[in-house]
Parts: sequence; structure tokens; C-alpha cells
Amino acid sequence: MDPSNTSRRGFLKLAGLAGLSASAVGTLAACGGGTQPTTPGAGGSAGGGGAAAGTGAASYWFLSGQPQQAIREATVKRFNTANPDAAIKYTEFQNDAYKTKIKTAIGAGQGPSIIWGWGGGGLREYVKNNQVEDLTSFFSENAAVKDRLFPSAFEAASVDGKIYAMPAETVTPIVFYWNKKVFDKVGVQPPQTWDDIMALVPKFNDAGIAPFSLGGQSRWTNMMWLEFLLDRIAGPEVFQNAFSGKAGAWSDPAVLDMLTKIQDLVKANGFIKGFSSITADSNADLALLYTGKAAMMVHGAWTYGTMKADGGDFVSGGNLGYGNFPAVTGGKGDPTNTVGNPAQYYSISAKASDAEKNTAKKFFSTSVLDDTEIKAWADSGSVAIVKGSNAQFSGADAPFLNFIYDTASNAKSFAQSWDQALPANAAETLLDNIAKLFQLSITPQEWVDNMNKVIGQ
Amino acid sequence: MTALAPAALQSAPASSASAGGGSGIRERSLTWMALPALLMFVAFGVIPLIGVLVLSFTTWDGIGEIRPSGLTSWKAVLTDPGLPHALWVTFLVMALTWIVQTPMSILLGAFLAGQQRYRELLAVLYFIPLLLSSAALAITYKALLDPNFGLGAGLHLPFLAQDWLGRPYLAVGVVIFVVSWQFIPFHALIYQGGVRQIPVTMYEAALIDGAGRVRQFFSITLPQLKYTIITSSTLMVVGSLTFFDLIFVLTAGGPGDATRVLALSMYITGFQANLMGPASAIACILVLVGLALALLLRRLGGDATSSQLEGA
Repeated sequence: MDPSNTSRRGFLKLAGLAGLSASAVGTLAACGGGTQPTTPGAGGSAGGGGAAAGTGAASYWFLSGQPQQAIREATVKRFNTANPDAAIKYTEFQNDAYKTKIKTAIGAGQGPSIIWGWGGGGLREYVKNNQVEDLTSFFSENAAVKDRLFPSAFEAASVDGKIYAMPAETVTPIVFYWNKKVFDKVGVQPPQTWDDIMALVPKFNDAGIAPFSLGGQSRWTNMMWLEFLLDRIAGPEVFQNAFSGKAGAWSDPAVLDMLTKIQDLVKANGFIKGFSSITADSNADLALLYTGKAAMMVHGAWTYGTMKADGGDFVSGGNLGYGNFPAVTGGKGDPTNTVGNPAQYYSISAKASDAEKNTAKKFFSTSVLDDTEIKAWADSGSVAIVKGSNAQFSGADAPFLNFIYDTASNAKSFAQSWDQALPANAAETLLDNIAKLFQLSITPQEWVDNMNKVIGQ
Repeated sequence: MTALAPAALQSAPASSASAGGGSGIRERSLTWMALPALLMFVAFGVIPLIGVLVLSFTTWDGIGEIRPSGLTSWKAVLTDPGLPHALWVTFLVMALTWIVQTPMSILLGAFLAGQQRYRELLAVLYFIPLLLSSAALAITYKALLDPNFGLGAGLHLPFLAQDWLGRPYLAVGVVIFVVSWQFIPFHALIYQGGVRQIPVTMYEAALIDGAGRVRQFFSITLPQLKYTIITSSTLMVVGSLTFFDLIFVLTAGGPGDATRVLALSMYITGFQANLMGPASAIACILVLVGLALALLLRRLGGDATSSQLEGA
């Protein structure tokens, strides 16, 4: 009835809320203060996992999603059981959310002590802003930790010759997959060269089967084609030039050749109808392959587990064919070369206290990729980046795991995915132009011009 | 809403002489009530806006230090061929969603303004799309329109098995369809309220003069809905500037950049390319365009102080 009465009550309620939020800010500020070095005597030598002195609770952020999530959790739990006074507290994030969150948190000085990442361009940005710890001396003092890992994994962990991240988890090269049932039905053989691919395209189209599955809306899915094709035509040097900021690096004639070949494949209806609206996150691209709607697919080794789980008897029935990307006749690239993700990367925040840093280093040297974890990765259908981890392979997945292990360890060059290797700005321009290339809305020459503009920015 | 408040205040003293003291109290209590909103607006509207304006004159990758860099970001944004394209797509979506939504909302609103029971039921059904989250809607439509696993492939209807989200103009069409599908109920609700405000006496007079239903609609309902149309159009036009979630999930701006509206362009520049300076400049452009459109629409409404009900 009385309006002034209600408004006052509303105002009081608001005032209460304001008080609440003020105290919340206070709590947040206190949290921020927690990252300051508080443990007495922690200023001592930051020697690796040996000395127990000066370790303290640390925080660790990583990605959710099974089966990787459970393996990451288990490793932390084993470490915490062994080191009850230096427990690691972890927080899990969904992939895309994490990419934004970790940047904002590190920028605001609220990041975790252990940063889970992809190495390459993202790591370079952290290093440039002095946000991550230099681990070069840690690895020279703990040579055993370094020597048992794949050497190819360290390239994306290094910036200007110094190591800023611990390579971890699994190696996932990009694989050329095909559906054996569909190949038998059409009566053709898997391609050995690019010419074979172009010859297969009309045969599959005539049979009403899409030659290649592709989740083109995700854009990096298209990028895998460019990475492989450029490597097969000209070797890894062309991208290396662009990566290291050499002006006009994309003007190499091999790039135009590669882009023209890609557009020829698009024009020949090489990719599934509607590929530009299919996302990789939905796994619809995998479904197209195992349901036989598409004959072939170029995709990461990580899709094997999903196809095994979702594809019915597709994988267990031996219908999945796999190999390295076909050669290009007359191309300079070594056909054993591969591209993809050489590893995952764990960094230590430069803002962490010495105690937290010591805990993280102990975690790296004692728990990360211990025998239990290596076994867990093998069981999940992945290859841990440890030399000799192939001894753990057994059962039905062993042939595929051995193929990945051999591909990764025999590759003359293992190039990191372009969008991970480049800084975010250049990566976004790259993905944008790749999408337009596949859309046929820009010419190969326009692609080259657009990409040359962002080199070295 | 804001247009109604001053009109009510102004008519209050004129209606009776004794209301003068009472309206003074009411005005004071109104000031009190505006204070929380004002505080919220300053804290979450004005201050961030100033922050964005300042950021647009800097270079920042989101992690490192914020360095002042003068007009670098603005130059980068204004010379980028992506900006005119994003503006074009934004205005295209704005115009087409308005053209689709307005007539349908007015008709639905006028229909629902009737008093029969079944209309109440229909009103509830029509309202459902508005209750769904944009992200969920986008995921659903994406699944339904999938050329290989969607509705067309499932029901073996070739005309439904188009590459809906893979061809530039089809994708724009789908965005407009889904936006309209979601927001027509909301605008129909506004028009329903507007139509119910029209005095019945006008229709009775028209009936006596021999005007049919169609004539009544064009001569009474539409002119009387003038301010409702302006309110609804303002919401549509300014709201269409901020379409983000739906387009982001549905097409991610693709295929290529066919559906990359200004808001999406801002997000991609800021959070995917880590260019906070240029992203802030795009945000400023977005704010300016929104303010200009809102002002323009208010001007189009003419003198808001003249009452339509009495003057007609």
C-alpha cells in the first residue's frame, strides 16, 4: 500500500547486498595475497625434486574431458598421497572456456602455480611477458627427467633456446584414416600419392559416397590439410620461415601450389557436402567416416578412441584403415614427416612462491609420466611421450598404438600444429583465411597476400 | 517504458488541483527508487564504457602490460576490410529481422488481444520459444539442419537437405529465421498490450460508420500502435546489434565470414586474436551505432509529449 515503505525496504536490502559484495571483494583480495611468498625459508635453492625443504601447497589448472581428465586427476592424487605436506590442488576446465580463462587469470596475476598448455605461440606470449619460469637449469640438473622423453617434444616447449615448459602426456600426430569397408565396396586401394587421391575422388562421388569427411566449421580441421600438403611439397622449411618471422615467407611458390591443390580438391567435391557447417566438437566428422558416408578423413590420433567408443564394431571389426599422409609426386618433403601435437605442456607460473615452484618441480620429476600414468595412457588408446612406452602396448589397440609410436619417433620432422605454433593474432588470421580458402571466396594469391601481412607482427 | 513515465507525470497535475502536494512526495520517492538503478548503471555501464574507450587507445594482448599506442588500434580497425563487411552483415541482419518480425508480431499481437479463451492458450504456446536459451536453440537448429544427419537426411526430404549453414546467403537466412522464431513472441506480447490499450469506443464508432475489420485495422489499430511500434522497433534494432550467442554457436560467423556481425567480430578480435585494443575500438563503434539508432528511432516517433489517445 505505502510506496515509500517498500522503497525503503528495497533500499535496505540493496545496502545489505552492497555490504556483502564489499566483503566478497575483500576475500578476493585476500586470495590474491596468497600468491605472495609466505613460507619462511623458501628462498633457498630451487633444486629439482631432491630436497624436501621449502615445498608447499600448489595449484594446478587443467582440461576436463574423459579419458584424459581421470588420468590427470590420478597423477595428482598419487603425488598428494606421497607428499601430504605439499599437496597440489587442481581445478578443471572445459577446453574453450579454459583458453579464455587462463589468459585472463594470468593477465590479472591470479593464475595457478602449474599452467597446463599447448606450448608454441601461446607459451611464447607468456615468456614474452615474464609469466612463466625458465626450466632450462631444472632440466640440466635433472637430466634423467629430460632424457626419457621424446626429443621432438621439446621444440614447442622452447623459446630462444631456453625451455619454459615440461612436455607431458601424449603425442598425437595427424593421421590419414580410411574406411576399409567402403574401399572394398567401391573396389579401390588406399592412395599412395596426391594423384591417387585426386583419382579416387570421382570414383567415390559416383558411388554416392563423399571422398573425405571434414568438420570445416572448426577451421583448424581444414588447416591440417595445408600443414601436410605444404610439408609434402616443400618440406618443413617454408612454414619455419613464416614462423620465425621472415618477411614474405608465404610467397614461396610451394605455398601457391599447395593452395591451388586444396582448392582443386574442394572444386572436385572432395569433401563431404556441408563440411563448412560441421564442427569437430560434435564428432559428426568421425561419424561420417564410421557410418560409411565418407571414405577417408585426415584427423588427429586422438580421434581413434572416440571412433572406437562410438563407432560400434567399426574399429574392433578391423574396418578402420590408417597411415601417414600420402606423398606428393616430385615433392621435396620426406614422407615420414608428420604434423600435429608433439605433447602437452606444463609450465610453472613466475608469480608462484618459491615453495609452490619447488612443489611443482617435484611433481614434474617424480609423478608426471610415471609408470602408472604411462600405462593409463596406453589403456586409453594414446601414446605417452616416453621412450620405450611401446612396451606397455597390448591387446587390440596395440597395432594402432605402435603405428603412432613409430610415426612419432621415426619422423624426420614433427611440426607443431600451425595455430598452436603461431601467436594468437597470426593464428586467427591464418584460420580465418583458411576458412575462406575452403569456401573458395578468396584466391590462393589473396591468401598469400593476407598471410604475408601478419608475418612478424 | 521511458516514454510513458513523463507523460503520466505531466498529466497528473492537470487532472485535479488537489493532487499538487501529493505529486511532490511521489517525485521524491521516485528519485530514491532511481538511485540503485543509477548506481548499477554507472558501475556496470558507464565505468566499463570509459574503460573500453581508454583501452581502444592502447595495445594489449590480454596478458602483458597495457601500453598506450595512440590511434594505432583505431587505424587498424578502420582500415581493415573486415569492418565494412561486418557492418554490412550487421545491418543486413538488423533490417531483415525487422522486416520479418514487425508485421508478424503486429498481426499476432492484434489477434491475441482478443478475449476468447482459446487465444489465451495460443498465447501461452506462442510464448514458448522465448523461454528457451539462445545457445540451446542454436544447437538444436544446427542438429536439425545438418545436411548429413539432420531433418532432411532423416526424413529423406531433399529440399530440407540443403547445405543450410554452409552457403553464405542461406546461412544469413537461417540466422534471420531463428532470431525471428525466437523473438516474435516477445514483440507480439508488446503489441498485444498495445492493442488492448486502444479504447473500444473507437472501434464502435468505426463500426457505426460502416468500416470493416481490415479498414479498422489499418485506420485505427495501426495508427494507434505508433508508439508501440517505435518501442518494439527500438528493441529489435538495438537488440540485433548484440546478437552474439546464437550466431556464435550456430555458425561461428561462418561460412568464411558470411555471418560475422560486429559483436562477433569484436569477440574474435579480442579473445581469439588477443588484440584488446582493436576489439575495444570495435566495441566503441558498436556503442555509437546503437546510440545513433536509438536516437534516430526516438526522433522518428515525433513529439512524444503529444498524447495520441486524446488527440486522435
